[in-house]
Amino acid sequence: MTARTTPPAGAAGKAPGKAAGKATGKRRTTMAPFVFIAPALLFFLAFMAIPIGYALYLSLQGLRIVDEGVFGIRTEVFVGLANYRQMLTDSGFWAGFGRLGLYGIIAVPLTLGLALLFALLLDHGAARSKRFSRVAIFLPYAIPGVVASLMWGFMYLPSTSPFSYLTEKLGLGTIPFLDAGVIYPSMANIAIWGGVGFNMIIIFTSLRGIPPELYDAARIDGCTEWRIAWRIKVPLVAPALVLTGLFALIGTLQVYGEPTMLSPMTTEISQTWVPLMQVYRDGFIRDDLPLAAAGSVILAVGTLLVSLLLLKITQRRAFGGIQ
Amino acid sequence: MSNETTGRPAMLPHQRAKIVPTVLLLIGAFYSLVPVAWIVIASTKSNAELFSTFTFQPGTGLLDNVRDLFAYEDGQFVKWAGNSLLYAGAGSVLCTLISTCAGYAFAKYRFRGRTSLFYLILAGVLLPGMTLAIPQYIIMAEIGMVGSYWSVLLPGLISPFGIYLARVYADASVPDSTIESARIDGASEYRIFTSIGLPMMFPGMITIFMLQFVGNWNNFLLPFIMLADESKYPINLGLYTLMSKGSGEPSLYGLAIVGTAVSVIPLICLLLFLQRFWRLDMISGGLKG
Repeated sequence: MTARTTPPAGAAGKAPGKAAGKATGKRRTTMAPFVFIAPALLFFLAFMAIPIGYALYLSLQGLRIVDEGVFGIRTEVFVGLANYRQMLTDSGFWAGFGRLGLYGIIAVPLTLGLALLFALLLDHGAARSKRFSRVAIFLPYAIPGVVASLMWGFMYLPSTSPFSYLTEKLGLGTIPFLDAGVIYPSMANIAIWGGVGFNMIIIFTSLRGIPPELYDAARIDGCTEWRIAWRIKVPLVAPALVLTGLFALIGTLQVYGEPTMLSPMTTEISQTWVPLMQVYRDGFIRDDLPLAAAGSVILAVGTLLVSLLLLKITQRRAFGGIQ
Repeated sequence: MSNETTGRPAMLPHQRAKIVPTVLLLIGAFYSLVPVAWIVIASTKSNAELFSTFTFQPGTGLLDNVRDLFAYEDGQFVKWAGNSLLYAGAGSVLCTLISTCAGYAFAKYRFRGRTSLFYLILAGVLLPGMTLAIPQYIIMAEIGMVGSYWSVLLPGLISPFGIYLARVYADASVPDSTIESARIDGASEYRIFTSIGLPMMFPGMITIFMLQFVGNWNNFLLPFIMLADESKYPINLGLYTLMSKGSGEPSLYGLAIVGTAVSVIPLICLLLFLQRFWRLDMISGGLKG
């Protein structure tokens, strides 16, 4: 294959100088782009494309006991969609999605809402101590999710929790952060804490890109700051909101490390608390990798559908810069 | 400050307008800092103090805790820190280079299959880590690399989002006219890339590196699946090990807390130092291509 080099933008419109006209008019062919893309393509094939193909193949296999002699030997045989049937009819797997949904309904809107709120406040002319707040709110981004879970976990644990310490002093008893029901907001809080800062920075950078003349016109017309924020700023940063929303959603569907980290602290988090935990258990504790592969493919398809739905609803505004 | 406010009986409306956003921002900052403050203070406590004194009261055991941490299983913690640096540091440098080359090519050349190849790679963003990790584990097992440093390092070298960002950045920051004049001067495509493309893309590369670094540093699932030998664990996984052993042995809780504090502080410093170099407008689409 060969590739054409790009002619400079607007070259056709320029008065064609004799020497320049000769050089730019002729399009060279070169192998260079393929050389540049080769490493990425190689790793993409080796660690994404081939594994996905293999996961699909594996999900159609099954470990079955083949009767030969006295001892049955577990061997891999083709079982069609049996693994998918087993996963999709497993009420535990669906219950995991239910818990995930509950967790996501708290975590995603609050993360994005707070990120948008703080971004707008940072962009608000009158607010003070912006630099400090921006850095402080962004700080949790540097802290790994599982480490954040550990920190919050200790702040939830009745014996070490500062909140429970206060309520106990007031004679109200400890706060059951890690008990049934409360575990959802507690888990969501960890995600919100870790996610607001990064999303805030993305939305804020996007806000900075809006030409300030737009606000002047609105102010002359008597718009309040609140209306400017709501009617001008928010619609203009919509692509950034869609993008952050998409990532928040994908992140939620893949939540794994955080509940795993909290599980030693509470009996509420079972081995199958979220779908990925069940997939891990099937694959690496029960050694049924084909079933785990089927579970993970279901999750991937789910992620894809949810993402496409989001992009459809929001009219594909994310990744909009690239044609 | 007090000079200005004293002597005025009522607050003027524009002052109130100033206070509400400021207070809200400070609440956000407080919320973000409390757990960090807690972990730092908790790390100063001895095991007895941890469960008995008020949680925000500093303790007396910091030095003992740090000594215990570094003494744990003959300096296992230092190993974990080194491993995390290797996975996140070396992995991210290589990933940034690979992404930059690819992004530059996607932005600056027209060739057949460019768009479809780009979207094919970008679709990789949507693949859950677990969906990839299971077959990656089997493939690594087949070639005898499960449990090795490579099994964690290699899969992290491809980042669809990094390639996307590199393309956006190359589109916006490397003018076609500059490339074209270098061509007229007879520079080869490779020379143009190394002496014009790379320097112009440098701020973007820093951003890709930082995102990738934090991503790799945070990655829990892949090492969790690939590694069995505790001496190859990154910090994340090491702390998890301390925690899960800690439910039977409460003294390890203390170690996990100090370990968390010690691992979080350098990361925060790195972030504070590098944040001025970030070009996050790449992500939000603020760059005009």
